[in-house]
Amino acid sequence: MLPPIFGVLFDGFAYGMLLFLLSVGQSVTLGMMNFINLAHCSFAMLGGYMTVALMTHYGWPFFATLPCAFIVAAVVSVGFERLFYRRLYRASDLDQVLLTIGIVFISVAVAAYIFGTEQKPLPLPEYLRSSLTFLGLRFAVYRLIMIAIALAITALLVLTVEYTRFGARVRAAVDNERMARGLGIDVDRTFAITFALGSGLAGLGGALAVEIVGLDPSFALTYLVYVLIVVSVGGLGSISGSFVAAALLGISDVAGKYYVPAIGAFLIYLVMIVLLMWRPRGLFGRR
Amino acid sequence: MKRLLLAGVGLFAASLLPAASHAQGTVKIGLILPYSGQFADTATQIDDGIKLYLKQHGNKLGGMNVEIVRKDTGGINPPVAKRLAEELVTRDNVDILAGFALTPNALAAAEVSAQAKKFMVVMNAATAIITTKSPYMARTSFTVPQVNETLATWAEKNGDKSAYTMVTDYGPGIDAETAFQKAFSAAGGSVVGSVRMAVQNPDFSAYVQRAKDLNPQSIFVMIPGGSQPGAFGKAMAERGIDPRKTEVLGQAEIADEHALASMGDVAEGIITSGNYDYNLDNPMNKEFVKDYNADYNRNPDFFSVGGYDGTHLIDIALTKDGGKTDGDSLIAAAKGASWDSPRGPMSIDPETRDVIETVYIRKVEKVNDKLVNVTIASFPNVKDPFKAAMQK
Amino acid sequence: MALTRSFDAPGLYFQSRTRWRLVEIVFWLATLLPFALLPDYLILASQIAITALFALSLDLILGYAGIVSLGHAAFFGVGAYAAGLLSKYGWGEPITGLLAASIAAGIVGYATSFVICRFRHLALIMLTLGFGLMLEELANSAGWLTGGFDGLQGIETWKLFGHFEFDLYGYVAYAYSLAVLFILFVFARRLIHSPFGLSLRGIRENYVRMPAIGAPSRAHIRTIYTISAAMAGIAGALLAQTTETLSLDSLGFERSAELLVILVLGGAGRLYGGLVGAMIYMIARDRFSGVEPQYWYFWIGVLLVTVVMILPNGILGGLAKLAARWSRS
Repeated sequence: MLPPIFGVLFDGFAYGMLLFLLSVGQSVTLGMMNFINLAHCSFAMLGGYMTVALMTHYGWPFFATLPCAFIVAAVVSVGFERLFYRRLYRASDLDQVLLTIGIVFISVAVAAYIFGTEQKPLPLPEYLRSSLTFLGLRFAVYRLIMIAIALAITALLVLTVEYTRFGARVRAAVDNERMARGLGIDVDRTFAITFALGSGLAGLGGALAVEIVGLDPSFALTYLVYVLIVVSVGGLGSISGSFVAAALLGISDVAGKYYVPAIGAFLIYLVMIVLLMWRPRGLFGRR
Repeated sequence: MKRLLLAGVGLFAASLLPAASHAQGTVKIGLILPYSGQFADTATQIDDGIKLYLKQHGNKLGGMNVEIVRKDTGGINPPVAKRLAEELVTRDNVDILAGFALTPNALAAAEVSAQAKKFMVVMNAATAIITTKSPYMARTSFTVPQVNETLATWAEKNGDKSAYTMVTDYGPGIDAETAFQKAFSAAGGSVVGSVRMAVQNPDFSAYVQRAKDLNPQSIFVMIPGGSQPGAFGKAMAERGIDPRKTEVLGQAEIADEHALASMGDVAEGIITSGNYDYNLDNPMNKEFVKDYNADYNRNPDFFSVGGYDGTHLIDIALTKDGGKTDGDSLIAAAKGASWDSPRGPMSIDPETRDVIETVYIRKVEKVNDKLVNVTIASFPNVKDPFKAAMQK
Repeated sequence: MALTRSFDAPGLYFQSRTRWRLVEIVFWLATLLPFALLPDYLILASQIAITALFALSLDLILGYAGIVSLGHAAFFGVGAYAAGLLSKYGWGEPITGLLAASIAAGIVGYATSFVICRFRHLALIMLTLGFGLMLEELANSAGWLTGGFDGLQGIETWKLFGHFEFDLYGYVAYAYSLAVLFILFVFARRLIHSPFGLSLRGIRENYVRMPAIGAPSRAHIRTIYTISAAMAGIAGALLAQTTETLSLDSLGFERSAELLVILVLGGAGRLYGGLVGAMIYMIARDRFSGVEPQYWYFWIGVLLVTVVMILPNGILGGLAKLAARWSRS
């Protein structure tokens, strides 16, 4: 028998992984490309609606919908990138904020128009909602799956960014665009692909989050704060930073609510403030 | 893009046209609801309830034509709600203010109703004190103490001797906690502990684990509807709380249709207290659910009947006072009004102008492979206990 | 070139900046028009004036000192609750209420400014956001004081100067809000056209170099942050007094975020940016939501995207650029 602290740690870590999955796309767009994309959760919402629609109306199995959520969010985002985002890569932060908030507003209204304002439940099979008992502790299957996917994404992204040619191009293009162009790197394309990757990850995160946090048109705004917290605490430009930050925030949030529920609501903000005052560039930040 | 912009400009221009003048034999109703934002679904359901009633009655209330002006508060925003109420009264010349999904907004608009002497129908906001703020106000939803005190008394009588309460740390949650604890203790049960949970709370595992550690006979839960009930149910399943063994009690939100669908089988056994459910077994409700589905392609909920019956009340009041639209005649006609609703017989308390109705205790069961709320007890003619206590 | 000028050149420079231009005078005269032309819209006009004041307060730190804040509603809320509580407990005199609100918000601003002045960039934004959210939670859990979620009940504003009662149509409310806005605008105008204002802009452009030429960055930031907080507090108090309602939304994240959008829409760093932004955003919102209460977000979104695409740096920024191009050709 394990003492309850392990249960709290597990729940906290799983909650952290939920935060990570929601924000990993943002640590690509904001973190690597330096674009303040407040519409991140709109792409996540798109992924969520994709998964729900495919499962409810076409009877797809849950896992088959996940790649779809990724691809649809990525493809749609490329459209937006070509139309709007691309023209603001060098604009001020504030113009980026205004553009992406505008897109959030539009997406909220469009989602309400198409899907209605009600909560869309995810019809998951019962085995995904069951839990396993191990040494007297219960581990929810869905949370285990989330943790596994989060770990896999982190590993894949870190490897891609650090060790592949594409990763090197992205880093070069962000650090010094003119120089990168001079070296013959197709910066436009690199940015478009990176942006699609970030938005695709947002879509995937959204699809995975629906089961825990639900889905309605206000999704695009509700979780934005959490995403920003994770990315800023993790540090811009660092995927593993986001991972560690999410885990830390998740565990402290759940532990706080369990041991001292009176300050449960404050804790995630308090932890963020303390961490940022200690390390203004985030835990693993480079810039 | 250009066409889109033109449409936007056209919309803008259309909004500048002067409102139609007040024709004879027309009653003008101003609806104030959170049509956009976090509470948009509540507004949708209330609005659909209103539309359905009007459609069933040929768009006439008390023999008069109806004109509706809709205003969006965009969520909790009392300064805006008050401004909209003032504008509806001074600019649009409405006769009746209606809607009001959220307590802070209803309280703000109540001052306008009192000052301008306008009849005001609260179709959802459920904090007990609201109706005391304007003598021209009536309510057609329910009050938090009304359903929760009934639930607490029932639970104690049916064998729950100890309870743990878990509520969201906001107005309705705190009111529900107070009401439940008071009635449960008064009936002889003991409250073994309580927790107030963060308002922004995507994950309930920590709070549910706390409840489980204490191992109470029953758990009382009050959280806002929407995404949270589903999350709560999942945390319950994961932490191994089985509503069939530990009684899980709550207000209607935690077991509404969408919440049940997202919780799945773990919901089985949850007991809730409320004034309406689409499965209520009476002929009028069957008809209502059928018509509602035909028009809006979903089931009505307690928000919908709030809007539906609110419109019904306006109909009754206008009929009774012979089409007079001033606040004094309307509220006089509304006091004591009673009618049959899809939720069962209901009336307006002549003294408090608050709703008197049947409170149903329901249990989530699987019927034909679908999770539904099955009525297991009903308490007819329940008044708001908060105001009854105030009068003593 | 600077060397050949006489030594009162800086004085002349500031004098030239502070002279009132015709377009400004027309603008302020136009704000009086609603009294005559749109008497049905005075309540909306008063709330626009309040939002404009709030946006002006954000402009002081964002546009002139480069401090992007996502938690400015905290000060708005502190001011609103200060005035609201004062009124609830028996002192509903409006002018002294404003003073109390500005002092309360100023103190909170001064206290937090010691943290704010040490940070830049994303960390700064997130810290302001964090402080704002913490304050919101604090106000929620201090229900005994703030009335919690249901809002503070029992605010009663006395007659203005003991004579003018706040009416249902908003005549007094608009006159009052507009007058306060104008007075504080004149103050802000003087402030940013002073040597202090100039050094703030220097800090915005280069935070590290300013101390080297004798302008202490941190001290200046603390000062302007405190002033801005006090001004936001006055805006909050105005809203609480003129509507006699108050709830947690006054210090919520959504108000902070909306304010940022309003200021950026109008054009940050241009004094009138917040005013124009507040007017355009709130009028558009009122019009669109009147026609389509459920989907007006769509049109506001289209408005924002369009403005960014054709008028970078906000409406005023974009117009200034277009005007410059036009006068060149």
